Amino acid sequence: MAGFFSRLKQGLSRSTQKLTGGLAAITKRRLDDEALEELEETLIAADLGPAVAKRIIANFRRTRFGTEVTDREIRESLATEIATILEPVAQPFRLDPTRKPHVVLVVGVNGTGKTTTIGKLALQFREENKKPVLVAGDTFRAAAVEQLQIWGERTKSPVIAGATNADAAGLAFEALTRAQRDQADVLLIDTAGRLHNKAALMEELRKIIRVLRKQDETAPHSVLLVLDATTGQNAIQQVRVFKEMVDVTGLVVTKLDGSARGGIVVALAEEFGIPVHAVGVGEQAGDLRAFEAVDFARGLVGEPETAPG
Amino acid sequence: MFDALSDKFSGIFEGLRRRGALSEADVNEALREVRLAMLEADVALPVVKDFIARVRERAVGSEVLDAVSPGQQVAKIVNDALVEALGGAGAVPLNLNAPAPIPILLVGLQGSGKTTTAGKLALRLRTRERRRVLLASLDTQRPAAQLQLAQLAERAEVVSLPIVAGQAPVEIARRAMDVGRREGYDVVLLDTAGRLSIDQALMDEVRAIRAATNPVETLLVVDAMTGQDAVNTARAFHEALGITGVVLTRMDGDARGGAALSMRQVTGAPIKFSGSGEKIDALDEFHPERVAGRILGLGDIVGLVERAAETIDQDEAERLAKKMLKGSFTLEDYAAQLKQIGKMGSLGSIVGMLPGLGHLKQKIEDANLDQTVFKRQQAIISSMTIQERRQPEIIKASRKKRIAAGSGTSVTDVNRLLKQFDDMSTMMKKMGKMGQKGLMRGGLSALMAQAQQGGRGNPRRPF
Ligand SMILES: Nc1nc2c(ncn2[C@@H]2O[C@H](COP(=O)(O)OP(=O)(O)OP(=O)(O)O)[C@@H](O)[C@H]2O)c(=O)[nH]1
Ligand SMILES: Nc1nc2c(ncn2[C@@H]2O[C@H](COP(=O)(O)OP(=O)(O)OP(=O)(O)O)[C@@H](O)[C@H]2O)c(=O)[nH]1
Ligand SMILES: [Mg+2]
Ligand SMILES: [Mg+2]
Repeated sequence: MAGFFSRLKQGLSRSTQKLTGGLAAITKRRLDDEALEELEETLIAADLGPAVAKRIIANFRRTRFGTEVTDREIRESLATEIATILEPVAQPFRLDPTRKPHVVLVVGVNGTGKTTTIGKLALQFREENKKPVLVAGDTFRAAAVEQLQIWGERTKSPVIAGATNADAAGLAFEALTRAQRDQADVLLIDTAGRLHNKAALMEELRKIIRVLRKQDETAPHSVLLVLDATTGQNAIQQVRVFKEMVDVTGLVVTKLDGSARGGIVVALAEEFGIPVHAVGVGEQAGDLRAFEAVDFARGLVGEPETAPG
Repeated sequence: MFDALSDKFSGIFEGLRRRGALSEADVNEALREVRLAMLEADVALPVVKDFIARVRERAVGSEVLDAVSPGQQVAKIVNDALVEALGGAGAVPLNLNAPAPIPILLVGLQGSGKTTTAGKLALRLRTRERRRVLLASLDTQRPAAQLQLAQLAERAEVVSLPIVAGQAPVEIARRAMDVGRREGYDVVLLDTAGRLSIDQALMDEVRAIRAATNPVETLLVVDAMTGQDAVNTARAFHEALGITGVVLTRMDGDARGGAALSMRQVTGAPIKFSGSGEKIDALDEFHPERVAGRILGLGDIVGLVERAAETIDQDEAERLAKKMLKGSFTLEDYAAQLKQIGKMGSLGSIVGMLPGLGHLKQKIEDANLDQTVFKRQQAIISSMTIQERRQPEIIKASRKKRIAAGSGTSVTDVNRLLKQFDDMSTMMKKMGKMGQKGLMRGGLSALMAQAQQGGRGNPRRPF
């Protein structure tokens, strides 16, 4: 476990370097228009978007304008400001123990990390002595089934798969029936990546849900949207459409071990308030962490993360 | 979103037109909006700043002082500068001027679309360039990555390098080149594992692969949805490998694709292709002049025409394109196009390409109406007389009633269609007037040149 923590720290401190570079220029000086503009640009460069960055800095100006501040003070209070926005959405993912199984549908645009995240979640549940079952619902992409099967082997979790080009909804239905019979704790359904602007593909997802409900009318109990931290402003449109079409209950933000900051999450928290359950910090099974508002905000403004507890 | 931005733009530039002369303040005001539009389109901040500075210099110069319509002039300067910054009009082909086997290396972040693009390129090289292609996956990281490429090779009907378990990426690369030489392949496409630009070990690995194979093209595969991080990625990969071209994937989404500009500015390498879907044939040549409009939020009319060209025959597409440009696009033409739309996949993305119809796109998506709107419109047009289709202005109350009854719709539906068609025509006329190097001229003439090539037994769109 220490391994992936330090890996995250590595990732974050790299970002810290970059952002601190921008902020160092305003160390120990009057927080004037020019300094505030630099801060605003730092936020824009972290993908918060021009509008959100402007609003946050406007707030900041109200409280801090004209004061003499050190670099550290600025970052501390800016992080606090951003953490306030993120705190309400920082909610760990919890299984409902009364569901056998708790059905989780994993959705998102292409290549964001859905399949990998399912592998990571499976490991997490296994470590909690839960019984996960994986469903290879991506019947479209080349070797998607085999990819999930390897994750099943790695995490010692059963994988239910159908034939290539099989109907994903039919497969999900069958998998749910089997998981109920086998008293599984959680059913993790992988789906093919799809762009939110493709109506037919979005309709296919709705069909999976309709068919699941024939078996269990409360299913799916969670719909996780997997977002890539390198995504820019288009993430807002992704969340809007997926939420509308399949009622997303939570987000997982992947690839935060890279140089992208994932600042769009701030805009998403403001606009949609959908819980952010976890972040992906690597390609290995152990590389999933709970989303921590303060740490994330500190990462955004280049302030070191709080020490591991 | 497209629409809101078009409005914003025409708002500012009309403001300038009213005032007549163009002062530095006017330019600055317009450029503030351009800056915002570019940031919203995910162009990286340093790239935006650089671009704005260049445009300001040009706009406040003499060119503008003589301008009859300053607003149009600024719009044109912005658009031209953007097209230029993206690489100028026209697509840049793959460099295949090297002795066989020609190594082509694909690199990029995790999940950007490298493996899929390798399959698409293989198909393209086999069918359009008539080359013998060997596909090789050097991805020993991601589960089933090599199998994924092998399956794509089957779909593209090309050979993939046999998988040898336990081999390191550099060894696989050498083996691929050996097989390429021994078995007489023209091109060896090397797909690599996704890697973060800050991962030193993996960046060293890909440097070693490059050194071992000496690729003619090193293509950086980037997701069109990428945000501000595009500059970091571009810089790191370019410094490590010397990028010769960029492939922008997921252009079939609705991201504005500002990463294209960031990539181009940082690497200086041309963007050679864009990915427009998950299927193996969804790879297009990249036309800077079209993406400029997309980044500025002006819609992609040429993209629409080209997509239509895939399903309609070339002559028809050319005819429609000319008519759109001249603003002599009639309801008959519209009906002809509607008929094709059914074949063209996602409704929302097509409507989004039509200038002035952004609002309709949102409505369609909101109401999830899908194809029914267009079916209804087709019915309405088919209930019109030929004269009505050519001169919709003669359609008054009694004719509307007749048409509604004939098509099983209401007068409101008829009005809606007429209004929409009117908006569309106005938009098209405006775009047609944007001058020689305007928004779409380059794109259309390029399209037509290619359409003509298509006649020489080498069909441009074999799919
Ligand atoms: N560095 C890093 N890479 C990740 C992370 N999560 C996923 N990846 C990588 O991203 C790539 C795509 O991951 P997948 O899990 O296949 O993505 P997907 O959403 O299932 O993709 P499709 O099914 O094709 O839409 C793989 O190379 C993963 O190893 C992460 O948190 N960090
Ligand atoms: N809609 C759309 N999807 C695409 C496009 N190009 C690739 N994809 C999808 O994006 C996902 C990831 O593609 P891959 O080719 O596996 O990406 P990769 O870069 O090889 O991923 P790693 O090897 O894990 O780094 C798959 O679901 C592809 O089908 C495109 O142009 N449009
Ligand atoms: Mg997947
Ligand atoms: Mg790959």
